[in-house]
Amino acid sequence: MKVVLQNLTKIFPSRNKKGEEVVAVNDFTFTIPDGKLIGLLGPSGCGKSTTLYMISGLQKPSGGQIFFGDDDVTELSAENRGVGLVFQNYALYPHMTVKQNIMFPLQNLKGEDKLTKTEMIERAYTAAKLVQIDDLMDRKPSELSGGQQQRVAIARALVKMPKVLLLDEPLSNLDARLRLQTREEIRRIQKETGITTIFVTHDQEEAMSISDMIVVMKLGVVQQTGKPQDVYDDPVNLFVAKFLGTPPINVFNGKVADGKLYIGDAAVLDTPGVADQEVTVGIRPEGFILDDNGPLVCKLSGIEVMGRDVSVVSTHEASLNPVIRSIINADNKIAAGETVSYSLKAHKVMIFSKEDESRIYF
Amino acid sequence: MSEKNNVTMQEKDLQKVSSKQKVGKIFVMIALYAFLILMALIIIFPFYWMLISSVKTIDEYKLPVPTLFPRKILLSNYVDAFNTAKLGTLFVNTLYVGLVSTILSLVITVISAFAFARLEFKGRNALFAALLATMMIPGELFTITNYITVNAFGWMHTFTVLIVPFLVSVFYIYLLRQNFLQIPNELYLAAKVDGTSDLKYLWKVMIPLSLPTLISITILKMMGAWNSYVWPRLVANDEAHRLITNGLRNAFTDSTGEVNIPVQMAAVAIVSFPLFMVFIFLRKYIMKGVSRSGIKG
Repeated sequence: MKVVLQNLTKIFPSRNKKGEEVVAVNDFTFTIPDGKLIGLLGPSGCGKSTTLYMISGLQKPSGGQIFFGDDDVTELSAENRGVGLVFQNYALYPHMTVKQNIMFPLQNLKGEDKLTKTEMIERAYTAAKLVQIDDLMDRKPSELSGGQQQRVAIARALVKMPKVLLLDEPLSNLDARLRLQTREEIRRIQKETGITTIFVTHDQEEAMSISDMIVVMKLGVVQQTGKPQDVYDDPVNLFVAKFLGTPPINVFNGKVADGKLYIGDAAVLDTPGVADQEVTVGIRPEGFILDDNGPLVCKLSGIEVMGRDVSVVSTHEASLNPVIRSIINADNKIAAGETVSYSLKAHKVMIFSKEDESRIYF
Repeated sequence: MSEKNNVTMQEKDLQKVSSKQKVGKIFVMIALYAFLILMALIIIFPFYWMLISSVKTIDEYKLPVPTLFPRKILLSNYVDAFNTAKLGTLFVNTLYVGLVSTILSLVITVISAFAFARLEFKGRNALFAALLATMMIPGELFTITNYITVNAFGWMHTFTVLIVPFLVSVFYIYLLRQNFLQIPNELYLAAKVDGTSDLKYLWKVMIPLSLPTLISITILKMMGAWNSYVWPRLVANDEAHRLITNGLRNAFTDSTGEVNIPVQMAAVAIVSFPLFMVFIFLRKYIMKGVSRSGIKG
């Protein structure tokens, strides 16, 4: 099921009369293709959960429309939209067994969709098998681990065969190892069922690793949408560049003069066609090449070994981050010394306007 | 050599510490149980006194030095108690008033607590504050106004007058509302997405999760009905509507004005028994509690 958001806006009224309204989501237009996994990504308070709740029907948009396929569902209440929703804290009913929890949505079906008890149990087991918890059906949620509870929540969302599956921070309550495993699991389940899935996260790594497309939001405004790799390689502004990537992008004060980009006094790159101006320079950690004659000379402060790669930690007076981190292949031998010199990979260097942080292409 | 000594010293110390710890633990346990037993005796004694008095003859009861165990066990006191006090009618009356008022009260409490905890409407908080404010007024002050009101309604000497004035308890509503508020909002939203109506959510999720509170309310209300004395005496002290406490008060005075206490005690024992059983039976439910660990975060 294709999901279309058109000029979707949510304004929360102020709590008191003098206070200001809060625009949680501002003019969000986006088409989610059928059967894809979409990551809504942004720092907390950026409106991603509000967007999810509007798609689910739990919150009414202040403006704009939502379409499932060709049907306008904007006015439809949550139960009539056919969405499955998984909450951050799972929201399992603590007094019911896993089986009862999974069957609960089926008991509300009315009219033609009404199921017999055997059909319900059958459907519940099918959903449980999909998330591999069919051997835990008679347990209570309190007797399950966090990861298992998460699966029950997903099974409960899937059991009524929703048109759209919505996941609100599905991995944030799991530990690091389980998170890695569960995100693969979500990917697999999504692929197997082919249900259009939207999930919300503040963890860029999580979003990048499993999404077909990501949407980066900030303060209610969509910054950029696209395939994860494209957004990473080609961010439209400094916010997106900073938000994606671990370790994060290195940011410097710089300027463009005579078609050259300067960091400090060093001309590091040719930037033909860019007007002379002060700029912010972003360099991805993997954009550095060790080069004794390289133009960018940094003060070396440490080397972190990570096995396959090493992370070189250095400082530079023009850097806007406390330290500069570059990722270098471990085959390169780094001479211990006062300084380290780099030349740069042009496609890993981005320059941004000082005024509005937008990208300046060269 | 010295190393070896060190090791043994350490072992000795450990043994000392662990035996010390054991002694300490035992001492604490003894003190704890002694205290508990003492307390239990204090609680049990009146019940014991009631039971032994209920099987004594009136002469033995009047002995200047009371006996701790009856010389002769007179079970006929129980039969006498049942007959003279018309305990059967009293039981039926009280049970009827207790059950009806408990059931109606539970319905009212659940629905109003749900409204105050979950529904959004204008003036909700103001209304709730006003309700809470009524708790500040002591019940005795209501008695006269209530009396005038029910009299005007023509409810005197009916079961209605014993049930209706006490159906709404702000305290129970408050208690249950707090309990409802602790149920995470996400459960409600999850149920909404699955198409659950408010009423079904209340019935299937909120009530089961608040069961311990509801059982407490039931017990309190039942006990209240069973024990109520002043109000029934004021408004419905006729033969047909008399409740158990008032019945017991009057039934055992003979023509000389003397009260046959052993028979009265037997009646009290009979009357206490159901309440006692109810309490023992339902206590488990209160202790059990409903685990809320389905929710993390």
